[in-house]
Order: sequence, then C-alpha cells, then structure tokens
Amino acid sequence: MAAGKATISIDPVTRIEGHLKAEVVVEGGKVVDARVSGGMFRGFENILIGRDPRDATQIVQRICGVCPTAHSTASCLALDEAFGVKLTTNGRIVRNLIWGANYLQSHILHFYHLAALDYVNGPNTAPFQPRYAKPDLRLDKKTNGVAVGQYVEALEIRRICHEMVAMFGGKMPHVSGQVVGGTTEIPTKERIAEYAARFKKVREFVEKKYIPVVYLVGSVYKDLLSVGAGHKNSISFGAFPLDDMSKELLLKRGVFIDGKVQDFDPAKIKEFVKYSWYDDSTTGLNFKEGKTVPKADKAGAYSFVKSPRYDGKAVEAGPLARMIITNPDLSPMGQKALKELFKLNAKKFMDLKDVAFSIMGRHVARAEETYLMLLGVERWLKEVQAGGETFVKAAIPDNAEGLGLTEAPRGSLLHYVNIKGKKIANYQIVSATIWNANPRDDSGQRGPIEEALIGTPVADINNPVNVCRVIRAFDP
Amino acid sequence: MSLKRRDFMKLCTGTVAGIGISQMFHPAVHEVLAGTVSGSRPPVLWLQGQGCTGCSVSLLNTVSPSIADVLLKVISLEFHPTVMAWEGEPAMEHMYKIADKFKGQFFLAVEGAIPMAADGKYCIIGEVKHKEVSMLDAMVELGGKAAAVLALGTCAAYGGIPMAKGQLTDSMPVSKVFAAKGVKTPVVNIPGCPPHPDWIVGTLVVALQAIKKLGLQKGLAEVVKILDKAGRPTPFFGKNIHDNCPYLQNFKDSKFSATFTKKEDCRYELGCKGPDTNADCFQRKWNNGINWCVQNAVCIGCVEPNFPDGKSPFYES
Repeated sequence: MAAGKATISIDPVTRIEGHLKAEVVVEGGKVVDARVSGGMFRGFENILIGRDPRDATQIVQRICGVCPTAHSTASCLALDEAFGVKLTTNGRIVRNLIWGANYLQSHILHFYHLAALDYVNGPNTAPFQPRYAKPDLRLDKKTNGVAVGQYVEALEIRRICHEMVAMFGGKMPHVSGQVVGGTTEIPTKERIAEYAARFKKVREFVEKKYIPVVYLVGSVYKDLLSVGAGHKNSISFGAFPLDDMSKELLLKRGVFIDGKVQDFDPAKIKEFVKYSWYDDSTTGLNFKEGKTVPKADKAGAYSFVKSPRYDGKAVEAGPLARMIITNPDLSPMGQKALKELFKLNAKKFMDLKDVAFSIMGRHVARAEETYLMLLGVERWLKEVQAGGETFVKAAIPDNAEGLGLTEAPRGSLLHYVNIKGKKIANYQIVSATIWNANPRDDSGQRGPIEEALIGTPVADINNPVNVCRVIRAFDP
Repeated sequence: MSLKRRDFMKLCTGTVAGIGISQMFHPAVHEVLAGTVSGSRPPVLWLQGQGCTGCSVSLLNTVSPSIADVLLKVISLEFHPTVMAWEGEPAMEHMYKIADKFKGQFFLAVEGAIPMAADGKYCIIGEVKHKEVSMLDAMVELGGKAAAVLALGTCAAYGGIPMAKGQLTDSMPVSKVFAAKGVKTPVVNIPGCPPHPDWIVGTLVVALQAIKKLGLQKGLAEVVKILDKAGRPTPFFGKNIHDNCPYLQNFKDSKFSATFTKKEDCRYELGCKGPDTNADCFQRKWNNGINWCVQNAVCIGCVEPNFPDGKSPFYES
C-alpha cells in the first residue's frame, strides 16, 4: 500500500510477560528498521548483594511469575557449585519433575493465552474485544470455535500443571521446595501417583489438541513460515540432566552459528550496554565481572535490557534454538500433520530446514519441545524413588563462586554467584528474554527480535498485526 | 439488610454447611452471577508495575469459580496487558475511555510496586500520542478515577522485593504513592507473593455482593470495615500461621526438624517464619489443596509488610 516511510510505535506489546515496546519503520509495505525496548527495571542483582546466599533461590523466583522455577533452578545450580554439594539421584529427578511440569504449563499458557488471539477471534467481550478493525483472522467459523474451546480448556490444563509443580514444589507460583542441595520433600508413592494422574490428563491435551492445532494454524497462515527469520544464530545452555554427572541433557547444550552446531563456552558471553540505560563503563563485561549500574537518562540508549552477545554474535534463545541444537525426532502427531498439511516428509526437527526460522517455525518448535518434555516427565516418573532422599545438607562456604546454567522456557538462563565472608558479594543474571529482546550492541548489530522484524510485511499501518506476531513467537 | 460480618467470615472460611474449601464461594458467586444476567459486570482495569506477573498467574489458578467464569461472568476485564487482545496506543486509549465512562465505578487492580525515582522512568507502561506513560502517572490518573483500588500482591500492597534493601528506583507500594500524590481512593491490600487466588477472588466477589445489596459507597464501606491495620481483609489474614499450625505441638515439645526432608517435627529451626505471619494457608493450602509452604519446606512470611528484609534470612530462625 503506502510506498512512503512511516514509524509505528507499539507500547505496550501485550500478551507477553513484562514491559516491551516495539518501534518499527515501515517502507514499501515492509519493516525496514526496528527498535525493541524493555521499559522496566527493578535491580535484582543489586538487591541480592549482602544477603545470605540461600535466600537467593527464593528472591530470584520473583523475577518472573510465569517461570519462577527457571530462576530457582539456575540459582540452585549456582549455589550447588559454590557450596560444593552433589545432589542425590532422587534430588536430581524430583528437581526435573518440578521443573518439567512448569515447562508444560508455560508452553501451553504461551500458545493459548498469549499468542493464540493473533490468529483466533475470542468471545465478544473484554478482554478479547476490542481489537484491531482488520485483525487478519483466517480460521473458518468452525475451526475458530474449536480453538476458543481449547483456549478455555487450556486454562484448566495449565492450572493442573501447576498442581503437578506444587506436588513436590510446595506452591506455584514461587515454589518453596527447591533449595541448594536438592528439594525439600521426599516423594511418597501416593503423591507420585497424584502427579502421574494429572500428567496423564495434560499429556492427552498436548498430544490430541495442542500440537495438532499449532500445525493447523500454521497451515492456514503459510505465508508466516517465511516471516521473522532473524540472524539465524542460536544458543542453548542445556537443561534437565538425565544422569547424575550431567553428561546427557534432555535439552542439549551448544551454539548454532553460521549453519553449524558447535560447543558452547561461557567465557565467550559478554554484555553490552551502549544502547541500554546503564553506565557505559560497564559495557563488554563477562558475567564474572558483571555490574549493573542503571542510568535512566543516558542519551542514545533505548532499553533497560542489556545486550548479551556470544563471541560477538547476536544469538536467539528459546524452543527454536533448543530444537535446532537438540534435533530430536518430531512428535508422531507433528510428522503426520507435516505430511497431510504441508506435503513434507520430516522425521527430525532439522528436516524443517530454513522454514524453522520464522513466526510459525517458532510456534512449532515450542509445541515439539512440549512433546519432548512429555517424554522427559514420563521417564522421570519411572525413575523417581518413593522414599528416596532428595536433600543433601551443606554449610555456607566462606568464599566461593558458582555458575548455574539452565534453559528457561523462553531461553538460556545464567545465574552467577560470588560469595565472600558467607554473604553474596556479586550476583549476575543473564536471563532468557534478554538474549532475544535486546537492543543494538556497541557495534550497532541489532538484537534477535529486532532483526527478525526486518522484512515483516505491514500492509496497513493502522492494523500492523504482523509486528507483534513476530515478537510473540519468541514468547518474551 | 447489611451483609453481616459473620456471613462474610463464613463465606471466606468455608463453614457454610456442606461446602468444601474449594467451593466456599458458591453462595456469593451464585448471587453475583445472577446479577450479571442484567449485564452488570463491573469494569476492571489492571495495571502492572515493577511486578513479575505472578499475581496474575496465581489468579489463573482459581478453581471455583474458574478463571473462565471470573473473566466471562464476574468482571469485565477491560485492560490487562498479559491477556488482552489489543495492543499499543489503541489499547491505552481504550483504558482511558473506560476510566472516564465509568468514573467512580470501576475497579483498579494493581500488581507490582511503583518506582518514583527519575520521574517514574523505571517503569513505562505505554505510549500515547508519542508520549511515554509511566506507571506512576497512570496510577495517579486512574487511581483518582477508580471506585476502589485492589493492591494485589506484596509488591503493590507493601513494596515487597522491588523496595528491598539495595533497590535503586525509589520503589513504593500503592498506598504510599497515593499518600504522596494526594489520591484518596480506598485501597484494599491483598498481599502474598503471590496472593492465593481465593484471596483475590474471594475479596472481589464478596465486595461485589455487598455493593449489589447496598450500593457502591455503602458496599465498599462494608469491605473497608473488615480490613486490618495493614489494610488486608481479616477473614484471610486474621489468623496466625504458627498458632494454627499442625506442628504447633511439636514446637511446644521442642521437637524440631534438623533437615528439610525430615517432616515429622516443627520447622522453626529451619527458618520457618510462621510465628510472624498471618494468613490462612494452614487451612486453605495451595494449588487446589495440593500442598503448602510449611508442609513442603518453611514459611517465608511473604504476606507480611516487612517481606523480604524483615523475614531474612529465610532459612535461619
């Protein structure tokens, strides 16, 4: 339509967790430049300094109410290392059961309650209305009705996932049951059975409804398989140890750069702040030397998100990154849908090739990761020992360091703790969404979401529906 | 006929005959749902400050009424950044439109604390006509127009973690922001990190029932009567966890657990803050009665005004 240039500012980007603004320049019907801005700062890293290290596992959960178990897991791993404690086998498995149940919750919540309204028309009442006059909703009436029914059912399913988390985690959001040294409650036969009964219900929903509907929506919006590519580089710290030595992980560790999977080295991570509201003296630091000095009035900056880079590259994190690096078999229902709806014979995730780097590719990756998590939980339910010890006591060290690496549903998560005189001297967090939603780095390289927005079709600047579709696929 | 305090207490504590904990709101819900046949779902605008969305996620966990019923039959959620269909400037303009159309009649729900440093720059919630809208500005403008404000979660009620030692943003709870800016709208604090969904829905549903019986002003006055000195509804926050704990006798007999996984004894020496914490978790439990912090580990006192600094270290008695 419009051949001239127009700048669109979308603030708030809704149906995400937290505060985000997207500013795009549209020319010739496509996005030619983008700036994504995180609009809120709390300062957890500063608040943690001087505290008893064990308090960290509780405080950091309040970074995010959708994925508190991500932060408690990363914090526990950092403290496990600093305290020099090795988990019992059962402690490792119960942590996986707590953590895995929230993955299921998070992904289901994301597709249905955050993303779906981009493609589905909700009931004729708030908060589903009002909406853009031209929302580009293409599902036929019957399919839309099925999707709305699933949206409502998914509300109950995710609530049941939280019951699973609370079974051994104490309560959700913000579990009491994960601590340095393991978990606080030894599972009984009865509670394992209660967890398993709920898992059965969740599994059925994921296999029969969630995964198929993602592919169905993808097939109705085939053009969105070529929108949102981005830099095409990915990172995964890996998560869910399958053995006590953490030799094998359910979600593998690695980086995917310039088309190749490579080994990951945490020393190659640096955070840049030229375009972030932090003091310039703190730019280019690895987390071990990391500092967080907010400067809300810094000229030229446009975000409270720092720009983490791996070996200088802007890398995407999240289900797409993990599915590329792990490259598991696609789910049976996924393989069936690809054959029937896309005429594609695919067995492994990477058989999807370049199509994976897209809006729909990211939704498919998340659905496939949910299937992988079902297999994980099934396995841990078989391995967990009723009555087996889950906690190992350890004294607070005088001086120590610890690094906790895991994968939050949204992406790679790092907690680094430095203890001096039995208190936290430094605590640095490089969290999932900052890998994706960051502003330019010091060299001017765009962040992953900013880059993914380039080329996005915007036919009507008053109904720029594709902009937030790109963003929401990252689950920021 | 006014809503007697004992009726309110009965509804919240589930002692209405034959009704279990998870169904205790049925009488109130039934009445409120009946009212909605005439289309009178009160508008709710929901703002998020320096929060984590945990309060919203906890609310999603409501069992009875279901969250679907809450959204479709009890309230009209006209603005909520996490679930609403619209986005950006049109969503913000809709919010302002509702606030003006229902001035003095809508509820403002707030999760997260409000940073006052740098003119509110540490929390921007939107942009309208090329101008940033800070959480601080939104609180003053919308707070002044609301019938009442629900300060959900410990951050909004008392400051919580964003206001803890080491913070740099001059973070404040709703009541302190209102005091500083001269906003007189009544505030109901529903603390917890996060609050139990029953505490949120229960307070809302019973408030709506009182308003339906007595009209807006008198109904709100009834609700304000049952708030304690910290602004919390006493039916949920009037009992001390320690005094009602199943391990109280062990405490009295000096039988203390030495380690988390030894569940037979009192958790006091593991750091449990039950003695300094007032909430009905011991009875209501969490996540549909599955578990609760003291059974699973220890209480960290997350509903109290001095959380987290006054409850730290969490694992030392």
